[in-house]
Amino acid sequence: MATVTQTSRRSSTHTELSSGSRAKAQQRSLFDMEIVGPAIKASLAKLNPLLMVKNPVMFVTEVGAAVTTVELFFARTHSEPLGFVLQIALWLWFTVLFANLAEAMAEGRGKAQADGLRRSRTKASARKIDVNGIETLVPAETLRKGDTFVCTANDVIPADGEIIEGAATVNESAITGESAPVIREAGGDRSAVTGGTTVLSDRIIVRVTADPGESFMDRMIGLIEGAKRQKTPNEIALNILLAALTIIFLIVIMTLKPFGIYSGLLPSSISITILVALLVCLIPTTIGGLLSAIGIAGIDRMVQHNVLAMSGRAVEAAGDVDVLLLDKTGTITLGNRQATEFVPAPGVDPRELADAAQLSSLADETPEGRSIVVLAKEQFGLRGRELHELPHATFVPFTAQTRMSGVNINGTQIRKGAADSIATFVGSKFPDEVNKAVDKIARSGGTPLVVASNQRVLGTIHLKDIVKAGLPDRFRRFRAMGIKTVMITGDNRLTAASIAAEAGVDDFLAQATPENKLALIRKEQAAGHLVAMTGDGTNDAPALAQADVGVAMNTGTQAAKEAGNMVDLDSNPTKLIEVVEIGKQLLMTRGALTTFSIANDVAKYFAIIPAIMVATFPVIKPLNIMGLQSPHSAILSAVIFNALIIIILIPLALRGVKFRPLGAAVILRRNLLIYGLGGVTIPFIGIKAIDIIVNLMHLA
Amino acid sequence: MSKIQEQRAKQHTEVALAQASDGIIRHFWMSIVATIALAVLVSGVYPLIVWGLAQMIFPNQANGSLLKDKDGKIVGSALIGQRFTDPRFFHPRPSAAGSGYDPMASGGTNLGPTSDKLINGIHKKMPDGKDDPSSFDGVKDLVAAYRRENGLDAVTRIPADAVTRSASGLDPHISVANALLQVPRIARARNMSQEQLRTLIDRYTQGPDLGILGEAGVNVLDINLALEDMKQ
Amino acid sequence: MTASGWIQLALYVGILALLTKPMGLFLVKVLDARGRTFLDPVIKPVERLMYRILGVDPQTEYNWKQYAVAMLLFSLVSCIFTYAILRLQACLPWYGAAQGHLSTVMTPDLAFNTAVSFTTNTNWQSYGGENTMSYFSQMVGLASHNFFSAATGIAIAAALVRAIARDKAKTIGNFWVDLVRINLYVLIPVCIVYALFLVSQGMIQNFRPYTDITVLEQAPATTQPAVQTLQMGPMASQVAIKMLGTNGGGYANANAAHPFENPTPLSNFIQMLSIFLIPSGLTYYLGRTVKSQKHGWAVWASMAVLFIGATTVCWWAESRGNPHFAELGVVQTGGNMEGKEVRFGIFNSALFANITTDASCGAVNSMHDSYTPLGGMMPMLNIQLGEIIFGGVGAGLYGMLVFVVVTIFIAGLMVGRTPEYLGKKIEAYDVKTASLAILILTHSILIFTAWACISDWGRAGLNNNGPHGFSEMLYAYSSAAGNNGSAFAGLNTNTPWWNTTMALAMLFGRFLMIVPIIALAGSLAGKKRIPQSAGSFPVSGVTFVVLLVGTILIAGALTFLPALALGPIVEHFLMTNTTQLF
Repeated sequence: MATVTQTSRRSSTHTELSSGSRAKAQQRSLFDMEIVGPAIKASLAKLNPLLMVKNPVMFVTEVGAAVTTVELFFARTHSEPLGFVLQIALWLWFTVLFANLAEAMAEGRGKAQADGLRRSRTKASARKIDVNGIETLVPAETLRKGDTFVCTANDVIPADGEIIEGAATVNESAITGESAPVIREAGGDRSAVTGGTTVLSDRIIVRVTADPGESFMDRMIGLIEGAKRQKTPNEIALNILLAALTIIFLIVIMTLKPFGIYSGLLPSSISITILVALLVCLIPTTIGGLLSAIGIAGIDRMVQHNVLAMSGRAVEAAGDVDVLLLDKTGTITLGNRQATEFVPAPGVDPRELADAAQLSSLADETPEGRSIVVLAKEQFGLRGRELHELPHATFVPFTAQTRMSGVNINGTQIRKGAADSIATFVGSKFPDEVNKAVDKIARSGGTPLVVASNQRVLGTIHLKDIVKAGLPDRFRRFRAMGIKTVMITGDNRLTAASIAAEAGVDDFLAQATPENKLALIRKEQAAGHLVAMTGDGTNDAPALAQADVGVAMNTGTQAAKEAGNMVDLDSNPTKLIEVVEIGKQLLMTRGALTTFSIANDVAKYFAIIPAIMVATFPVIKPLNIMGLQSPHSAILSAVIFNALIIIILIPLALRGVKFRPLGAAVILRRNLLIYGLGGVTIPFIGIKAIDIIVNLMHLA
Repeated sequence: MSKIQEQRAKQHTEVALAQASDGIIRHFWMSIVATIALAVLVSGVYPLIVWGLAQMIFPNQANGSLLKDKDGKIVGSALIGQRFTDPRFFHPRPSAAGSGYDPMASGGTNLGPTSDKLINGIHKKMPDGKDDPSSFDGVKDLVAAYRRENGLDAVTRIPADAVTRSASGLDPHISVANALLQVPRIARARNMSQEQLRTLIDRYTQGPDLGILGEAGVNVLDINLALEDMKQ
Repeated sequence: MTASGWIQLALYVGILALLTKPMGLFLVKVLDARGRTFLDPVIKPVERLMYRILGVDPQTEYNWKQYAVAMLLFSLVSCIFTYAILRLQACLPWYGAAQGHLSTVMTPDLAFNTAVSFTTNTNWQSYGGENTMSYFSQMVGLASHNFFSAATGIAIAAALVRAIARDKAKTIGNFWVDLVRINLYVLIPVCIVYALFLVSQGMIQNFRPYTDITVLEQAPATTQPAVQTLQMGPMASQVAIKMLGTNGGGYANANAAHPFENPTPLSNFIQMLSIFLIPSGLTYYLGRTVKSQKHGWAVWASMAVLFIGATTVCWWAESRGNPHFAELGVVQTGGNMEGKEVRFGIFNSALFANITTDASCGAVNSMHDSYTPLGGMMPMLNIQLGEIIFGGVGAGLYGMLVFVVVTIFIAGLMVGRTPEYLGKKIEAYDVKTASLAILILTHSILIFTAWACISDWGRAGLNNNGPHGFSEMLYAYSSAAGNNGSAFAGLNTNTPWWNTTMALAMLFGRFLMIVPIIALAGSLAGKKRIPQSAGSFPVSGVTFVVLLVGTILIAGALTFLPALALGPIVEHFLMTNTTQLF
């Protein structure tokens, strides 16, 4: 039954604890000076060619910038205006810097959060216990895997570990941002503790499971900072395409020189500066500059949802997922069944049934028990009595043996429980009507609880799973996106089918065991699907590892957390849905900006080609459809636009394009209209506008 | 498509067969054999079949659509244009095939639209007063010559086909407008009525195939043969 | 632009659309080693015989490497075969039939260029057929390659399509089986019927010697009668496959403009249809094989849009005529008639020019060199796009599929999934091979042109000066690297430098492109096919067509904009706005 550990919803009160810094990071505006300042510094450091070479597009841009800078010294010999070459060189450097800035800002947002985490990691000392059980005080960083230590109230847990003895309430807000305490106890699925969290009460003995530097907190900091970020498969592929486009344009520009010589173009029209400018305009600098920022921002968005993705690859996979395995409890239903109806036995007053049911549930702190109390009050105005009002009552708790609970009061034994347990309790057969009611409730997916007073059967309580509001609609939208939802439940087929129908999931797995869950994942994967699931128990670990996206609950075991490729710090199974949406949003952003970047080339051609030809062939003028003032202002405007568009798109890259749960065809049409058509038209407007300004300021 | 066919089509799935172990040496050998064996089929059996059937069914066409005059003497191919300069004949288009309508050197001028040579021509004399071999009549010269031959004034507009060279240099046709402009000259030279000639043009105009494909034109050799026939 | 032109265009596109499905269904049968056709009773025994001679087990297949090796070796051996025939033609049969008229010397570089040209399905001709080739050279040395290279192209397209359709497969087909079946079931049977039709229209098919004819007009005072020598030979059998196999190498120098080689507007219409017949059918084959007929039609529609668009621009430009002619008092009722035949007129010339360059055919019924600048630019651009608008037999489809892969990769992410094409994830390796294929074409065209235009040997071949001369060189290397074979034919390329560089461009454009594509096929075949759902990238419908066409124009066409601006575009403005001549 439910315990305090099931704090599934985030409390609204962020504590003054270290989670405060995390909360701040989440609300931080995009251009917060706290981030922008260091980011500007970092973007200069990133100019190091050894780092740039990993990004072929921006590397070529940097080389171009360097070449034009050198050209400054030859401007006179090549009879080019020094001011023009200078401006081109500057803007090319800006282009590189802007791209670096985008990446640095994306990293900076993570860094700010990581710094908060680091601060929370006090220089704790550990009370290590050696083989003889003797306690010594040692620095936390000396703990190694396999060591044991003890913690009592107000100790900061010095390292990741597993409780081998005792139970305690722990404040895990340092990692989850959730101040409500959770219970951690030896054995079972709640034995893992995380370094940096604080014990609030009791005493536990913990065995260390991670060496220093490999702890959960360390990994979390590393991930958020992007320090260990590897390119995802799709990023690698995209980089190849961008490199190929760059090579194509390199040849286009290099051959333009001999073509120009044959055609008698003026040497000053096809100078190195101008050719470099044209090259940088044509290669996909926009996406090349923003690509890594988009990826980092994707992981960052996960963090904002309190989900830690262990790799960018996992975020990408989340976008591809097309089968969602959703745990019934907590995800689809409200976690607990609720009483919805009292069905009295023949000859029993419904009020009597309600009264008995309420009495038997007074000490039952489970949500089910409470819901019975509430229902009795609502239907019959029976006020739930306080326990101290009934000094003679002895409450009989639920045990696995009896499978019923109740109360002994004034010689009356009131019990409620499963039909067969009550049957044993009363020692006689139920009336037909009661059996029918039990069957009916079971068939409809509910849980029947029979109530008996001494040997007399009073009737049945109908406990029902309550499907969360809005889910069927949400699942319908998933279906439109081509995602299949499968409900996982331990219930029998009948119950499962009924809830599945009510929730609107596509399929369900009844009487789920870790084994058949794993089998289901394998089956779906064999059919070519990508599967996402959540899990927390040690026995979920194989399935979490098998799934393409395995979200482990932070409350879960260490094994589960290691097996999955994401950890939900809120331990909220519903989060799976957001995880998929964030994954999709990341991919959409990448695609949208790639399309935009490539579509931009149209306008740039129409700005620069006429510019380099018009001196030799004045008749080409109609090709200058934007009516740019002079060849130099046309080239300069194109280069400026090319640089500025990176800055302008940074917010989009960091926030991601707007996600809509629609079918692929609709999304494609919409995004194509915005980013494809927009990508073709916007530069025409932008370059023209810059050209006007450039001429107003007499820059060219 | 019937239901059964549709179903059968759906059942057609792409399944791979077993992999063969053929290596490079084997492929090299197979390449030699395949080249020879296939060549026997596509360069031996196939053209001979076509040849046999063509000679049987369309012997005239297969052998060049040769035209005979009334004496039975072969005077040309119905498809291949010939050079005519005599005022008594309809003149074909200018030709870039050799020295004009030479089937041993079919082709066009291959001069571009802004070629000075194409528009203005090249006029060079050799020391002995003859035309230099590189001399070339531009469209300007051809227009002047056409006007002169046909006694046209400077405002009469000349049909394009009369002063441009065809792609093959063997174009058997001229446009009807071109033919009509030549009528007064031929009438004068042959002492025929212009009306007679126009009727003849009408008769020898090959309309578009199937009423829609291609353009109408007058086959010059055909109509000149007809003129010669009428002479007797 | 006349009403009759629009009607003919509609007629052409309509009939092509109607032929697509039957041709596609037939190809489905032929390109499946186990497929049955109505021709089986006659051809099956021959097929079995071929397998026995070759030692091929038709029940086996190859992985992509084996497939590529078989294809490359076959091309190499058959190329040497043709080189030998050309060099030895004086010792081979029928040399005498044209003796005395073969005035062009068969030099080693010309033979090399020609052998490569026909092997690569380019059929660029640095020579004139009537004055260079014996009947044996034409019929055996050249026409055989019209079959071989066409079948090779179709085979590779089939291998790629199979790869897309298969699920986690190691093999992509058996090259020898594909080669034999395509020749036996498609090319030869269609050509027999087709060649006979061409003969009925006036095309020659004989083995008679060149015929001297005393022409009608004889100058009165000469003793030597004026004669015209008519070319003879087995033309129809060669022309049929030259069109059907999108080879395009003319029997005569004037190619499909020659009245023997394209006697009537009807033969012209059928020739145009035959160019697109197989490429169009292959789109249906694609749809059927990957079980998405809508995708097949979407690819067809993308091709049709580009085809109709380019044709319309070209036709419009030619219809406007040459302003320099107009100034001289020429009335250009139809348009620019320089280098065009009366029987075809402007529309059928423009249509043919676009079809032949959309496909990798390269046969011409008018002289592209004499087109107006924009009219001539469209065929050039068609080639530079990679001849993917219907395209060469097979080559068009696989070239288009490369663009499809790139398109999906660029835009596929926009639906919120990593890119997938018909359930196959497009990953780094696939992008690498597809990019390579696109790179090769662009680089071959641009680098060779750049080399030629600053070299004396390059400029020496020019027939025109100024921008048009640049267009001639650009067109030549576009045609060679694109394996088209048509030309701005004023350029004299029968020199060692031109012959050799052109041959290299042809080899690069063919084999350096095919090998990455077979590798792509190998990679795609091995992938798991992810089931299609509402979340999958849609590869049919208007959006996809717009996207594909847009990508082709932006990624393909714009690359050549700088070069085109210095050639046809500037020439256009010079022609319309100035009196400057070159």
